[in-house]
Amino acid sequence: MLTPRAQALVVLIAVSCIGFIVRMVRRRQIKVKYLLLWLIVALAASVLAAFPRGFDLVAQWAGVAYPPTFLFLMAIAFLLFVVIQFSWELSRLEDRTRRLAEELALLRLSADQTPPAARTDGSAAEAVASSDAKTATS
Amino acid sequence: MSEVEQSGFAAVAVAPDDGLAVSLSSGSIRSLVVIPAYNEEVALPGVLAELEIGVPDFDVLVVVDGATDGTALAARAAGAFVAELPFNLGIGAALRTGFQFAARNGYDRVYQFDADGQHDPGQLGQLASALEDGADMVIGSRFRYGAASYDVGRVRGRAMGVLRLALQLLSGRRFSDTSSGFRGFAQPAIKYFAASYPAEYMESVEALLLACYAGFDVVEVSTTMRDRAGGRPSNRNVKLAYHYCRLLLTMLTSASLRGRKTERLC
Repeated sequence: MLTPRAQALVVLIAVSCIGFIVRMVRRRQIKVKYLLLWLIVALAASVLAAFPRGFDLVAQWAGVAYPPTFLFLMAIAFLLFVVIQFSWELSRLEDRTRRLAEELALLRLSADQTPPAARTDGSAAEAVASSDAKTATS
Repeated sequence: MSEVEQSGFAAVAVAPDDGLAVSLSSGSIRSLVVIPAYNEEVALPGVLAELEIGVPDFDVLVVVDGATDGTALAARAAGAFVAELPFNLGIGAALRTGFQFAARNGYDRVYQFDADGQHDPGQLGQLASALEDGADMVIGSRFRYGAASYDVGRVRGRAMGVLRLALQLLSGRRFSDTSSGFRGFAQPAIKYFAASYPAEYMESVEALLLACYAGFDVVEVSTTMRDRAGGRPSNRNVKLAYHYCRLLLTMLTSASLRGRKTERLC
């Protein structure tokens, strides 16, 4: 059972986390969408600290004999989800960066050196259009 | 004839017979040699000079992959087209840049060529004639019967055997050299790879698999490799195991997407 002191500690940690993240958002160091994510986490932690009884009931309902393990399970599952989402986003960003770098190289080439004249059969425009379309949908 | 402006480049009116790009056999085929290069200022000038002598009608594009030395300068001094990537992205991305350039500028043939002097410009003709005979993609194999022996060492040799087997299982086709960097591409393959050339490590194997899945006619011709004129091999044994595992996974992913329109994997 949480003592009042432990409860206060959890709330303190949650509040300072929120403060830290709000500060980063205000400095434009992280996006508002992540503020929302961590706000919900901090809020949930505070609520759990304030009313631990409620969580015990949930754990019992889920068939878990020892409620803290249920808490850890939930926390790990949630963090795993967040990390996987980050991997996805990182892959996407990496892909976009690569496309931009390639495009930059080709643009610089066309600025520095006169490339050979393009064909008139539309194949070039087609290739460009298809790669643009893909970038838009990815 | 009138040339219209396309793909954002200022179009220059070029008569088809001005010698800008004439292939070995036919005057209307335009060929581009794509050379991915990372810190190859030592070997590159020699390679470019050889290409100028061996295939004077081919255009040459050097894709400088975030090099920190004078690679780009050397390439420009030799009169090649130079596309400079702002940071190192790997051979796959460099090649895709080359395919993009070729597709946008209407080239009919792309030849992938090493910057370190391993490949012999004299053998480009063999690749060219294979494409002439209707192949969409041609691989200059180091191991095919008739090719001079190429010693890759025990560990690498075995690892390449694994790749060969994996490719055979996944594509149903047998290739003697799955990772050769000496390749030729005809137009359908150029367009396909401009959009989807894989950027993973050791992309050449996966590219071969994708080409098979896309239904391209892929053939092999025997070629010989020379000793490297400069630079260091980019594969180190320590990292090799990790990269081979990664590559096998990538290939399995490609295989599972077979039939779907695989644009790219990330």
